[in-house]
Amino acid sequence: MQSTKAIPRSSYSPLRRAFKHGDRPWQGLIVLVSILVLLLVLGIGWKLWQGSAQARSALGWKFILPTLDANWNPALDQFQAWPFIYGTLITSLAAIVLAVPISLGVAVFLAELCPAWLRLPLNWMVELLAAIPSVVYGLWGIFVFLPRVVVPFGEALFSVLGHIPLLGILFTGPIPLSGSSRLAAAMILTIMIIPTITAVTRDVLLAIPNSQREAGLALGATRWETIWQVLLPYGLSGILGAAILGLGRALGETMAVTMVIGNSIESSPSLLKPGYTMASIIANEFSETVSGLHTQALIEIGLVLFAMTLILNLFARLLVWRAARRTPQEVRA
Amino acid sequence: MTRFSEVLKRSGRMRSRQRKIANAFMLSLTAFLTALALVPLFWIITYVIARGGQYINLDFFTQLPRPMGIAGGGVLHAIEGTIVISILAALFSIPPGVLAAFYAARNPNSPLGVAVRFSTDVLSGIPSIVIGLVAYALIVQPQGHYSALAGGIALAILMLPIILRTTEEMLKLVPHSLREASLALGAAEWKTSLSVLFPAALNGILTGFLLAIARAAGETAPLLLTTLGNDHYDIAQIIRGGLQTHQSIFQIVGRMLNQPVDSLPLTLWKYAQQPYPERINQAWAVALVLMIFVLSINIIARAWIQVRTRRLQG
Repeated sequence: MQSTKAIPRSSYSPLRRAFKHGDRPWQGLIVLVSILVLLLVLGIGWKLWQGSAQARSALGWKFILPTLDANWNPALDQFQAWPFIYGTLITSLAAIVLAVPISLGVAVFLAELCPAWLRLPLNWMVELLAAIPSVVYGLWGIFVFLPRVVVPFGEALFSVLGHIPLLGILFTGPIPLSGSSRLAAAMILTIMIIPTITAVTRDVLLAIPNSQREAGLALGATRWETIWQVLLPYGLSGILGAAILGLGRALGETMAVTMVIGNSIESSPSLLKPGYTMASIIANEFSETVSGLHTQALIEIGLVLFAMTLILNLFARLLVWRAARRTPQEVRA
Repeated sequence: MTRFSEVLKRSGRMRSRQRKIANAFMLSLTAFLTALALVPLFWIITYVIARGGQYINLDFFTQLPRPMGIAGGGVLHAIEGTIVISILAALFSIPPGVLAAFYAARNPNSPLGVAVRFSTDVLSGIPSIVIGLVAYALIVQPQGHYSALAGGIALAILMLPIILRTTEEMLKLVPHSLREASLALGAAEWKTSLSVLFPAALNGILTGFLLAIARAAGETAPLLLTTLGNDHYDIAQIIRGGLQTHQSIFQIVGRMLNQPVDSLPLTLWKYAQQPYPERINQAWAVALVLMIFVLSINIIARAWIQVRTRRLQG
C-alpha cells in the first residue's frame, strides 16, 4: 500500500470541520425537535390563555365561582360556568368512588393471586377495555347500559339514600326514564377509568420487594392480611397516584359523557338528575357559537379544564414516581 | 385498621378460623371484582357485533350517505376521511416523536431531556377536547374554515406522547455494546443512530405507532372542533374533477386536505343523536367497524411486543 499522504489542514474548510461528518447538524436537529416538544406544551397553555382573554376580562372570577342560580345565556352574553364545573367534579368524584375499590380488587388479583396462565389474557382484556373508543361506550350506554343497569340502580339509590338528610341531596330522584343523568355519566366513567387505575396499581404492587410478602407470611398472617396490612400500606402513595391519574382521565372524558348525561343545566345537585360537564358543553356548543364572547367563554372553560388536569397529573406523577423510587433500605430504616 | 401485633395477640383458635374465613372471602372477592370489571368488555363486544353485524354490507363501505328516507347508502365519506386524517396525523407526529425520543434516550439526565419527558407526561394528560380547542385556535380560526388538516394536527398532538414514549423505551433497550461497536468502527453519531439504533428499535417503534393510530382513530372530541364533518367527501370525485380541469397534483391534494371531512367516530356520534331508526342502525354498524379496527390493532401490537420480548429473553 502506498504511504498515505498527510492531507494538508487547509483542505478542511472551517465549515466542514464545524460540521464534523454530520454530527453537529444531527445534534442540532434532535435538540431543536426536543425544544419544539417543550414549546408545544407551553404553546397549548398560552393559546388557551390568549384565546380566552376577552372572556376573562369581561366575565372575571364570577365565571368560575360557585353559585346557586347560574346563568348561561349565550344570546344575552351571560356566562357562568359553575354548573359545568360542578357536573365535571361530581361525576368524576363519583366515578372514582366506584372505580377505586373495583380496580384495587382487580389489581390485587392480577398482581398477587392470579395463576400464571391466566395473567396474560386478563391483562390484555383490561387493556382492551381502555382501547374501546369513547363513542362506542356512549352508544352502548344510551341503548343498553342506561335502561338495563343505571335506571334500576338509580331507583334503588333513591329509595335507600334519597331520604337521608344532607346526603339525600345527592340522591333526590326519581331518575329520568331514559336514565340520562349524572349517575349514568359517573358509571360509564367508572368502566372507562378502571383500566387506568388497575394498570398503575398493579405495577405498584409488582414493584414491592418480595421480602415484604415473605415477612408478612412468616409472621403467620394469612395472604389477605399480608395484602391488606403489608402490601397496600407499602404501596399507598402509588395507589393514591393511580386514583388521581384516573380522576384526571375522568375529568377530560368527553364523548361518552356527553351522550349519557342528558345535557341540561340543572339547579339540583342530585346525581340522579341530568347535568352538563365542562367537556360536554364545549363539544355541544363550540361549533354553533352565537358570539365572539361565547367562543371565548368556551375556550376559558377549556383553560380551566387544562389547569385542573395539569395540576392533578403533576401531583399523581409525583406520587407514582416516589412510590417507584422507594427502595427497601428506606423502609428498613 | 388493626395493627398486626394486635392480630397476633388475639389469635386464639376461634380467631384463627375467623381469619381463614375472612381470607377466603376477600380473596374470592378480588376474583369476583375482576370478573365484574370485565363484564362490560364482553357485553359491549357481543352486543355491538349482534346489532351492527346485521347492517353491514358492501354498500356500507362503498357508498356515500343518501338523503333520509331513501334506503341504503354507506359511510364511504367517513372511511376516507378517517384514512386521510390518520395519514396526516402520522406524518405530523412520527418524525418529531422519533427524533425527540433519540434525544431523550441519549441524554436522559440533561435538563432538556428531563423537560422532554416531563412534557410528554403533561401532553398525555391533556384532555383531547382541549387539544381540539387549541387546534381550532391555531388553524381553523386563521383559515376561516374547518379542514382535515386541522384534524390531522389535533390528532398528531394526541399521538406524539405515545410515539415518543414507546420509541424512547425501545431505544433504551438497545444494548450499549451495539452503539459502541458502531462508534468504534468510525461511524458518526447520526450514522449510528439511524443505521444501528433505529433498526434495532424498529419493532418497538412500530408497535408504539400502531397503538397511537388505534387511539387516534377512535377519537371524536377534537375532530368535532376541527374537521366538523362533510357528507359529500369523496376522494375519487376530487381526483376525477381535478384531472378534468387539469389541476396540478398539489392542487388536488390541497383540495383533499383543505376542506371539512368526516370520520367514523364523528359519524357515529352524529347518527346516534338522530331520531331515524335507519341512522341508529348505521351507527351500530359504524361502531362495529370502528371496534374491530381498534381492537384488532391493539391485539396485533400487543402480541408483537410479547413475541419480541420473549425472543429477547429466550
